[in-house]
Amino acid sequence: MSLLQQARFLLRITRTHHIVRRYFVVNGFDGALTMMGLITGFIISAPDNLTVIINVCLGAAIALGMSGISSAYVSEVAERKRALGKLEEAMVADLQESAHGDAARWVPLLLALVNGSAPLVISLLILLPIWLSNIGTPLPVPPLYAAIGVALLLVFLLGVFLGRIADISWLRSGIQTLLVAVVTAALIYLLAGY
Amino acid sequence: MMVTVKRVVLDILKPHQPNALEFSRAIAETGVDYHVRLTVIEVDQNTESVQVEVQGSAVDFEEVQSAITGMGGSLHSIDLVEVQSRSDMG
Repeated sequence: MSLLQQARFLLRITRTHHIVRRYFVVNGFDGALTMMGLITGFIISAPDNLTVIINVCLGAAIALGMSGISSAYVSEVAERKRALGKLEEAMVADLQESAHGDAARWVPLLLALVNGSAPLVISLLILLPIWLSNIGTPLPVPPLYAAIGVALLLVFLLGVFLGRIADISWLRSGIQTLLVAVVTAALIYLLAGY
Repeated sequence: MMVTVKRVVLDILKPHQPNALEFSRAIAETGVDYHVRLTVIEVDQNTESVQVEVQGSAVDFEEVQSAITGMGGSLHSIDLVEVQSRSDMG
């Protein structure tokens, strides 16, 4: 069994595959909106140093990633231990050496990695235009606006993903999440602009 | 004299997951020509009792048992065994 098949198997027997999806979307959305908020704040402040912007955003992205990993790991270890204990009670057997024991050890780590990497990867994608501009790559639009564009696109795609899971209109779901991002940006402009 | 196990019928208690298909498949993978038949006898809140019949030219019982415990199952009893002896002289 390949590593991916093994991971899928462990998620399936613990019925946690839907939790992976939820963690990915929830924390990915967190990452996208946080970056968008920071960059909108920078647009309002109009700083001329892109390195400062990159460092601030990178700091926030790493903090989001670490927060996602640690919070999910701690809570999932407790959840998996409890679930394994209940199953051992029902089976009247020690399941530590079984697939369920493996799942109790590995599933928290898998969920933590998804929970932490989703905001980190999405944040890094949003930062990409700013980083490209900083190393001298010409962009068709100013780097901060390009980053906002990437953020809006990713938020829209997260909505599309949710729409496909729920088996509803992907366009409607994408527009819904996009609206949340637009309202967030508008609030920042209104409140931070003064 | 060589004795080989041709068929065993086992009474097993297992968690709902892995499901019957994955459970049978894991047992079948322990041999090259195994024919596995799983019948669900009783379903409880967290567990299910199943009867598993394994047939093959030479069933390796240790391996079958190891696959069962690996999937979280617990062997309750061996309900039927079919073995065959054969002279080494041919």
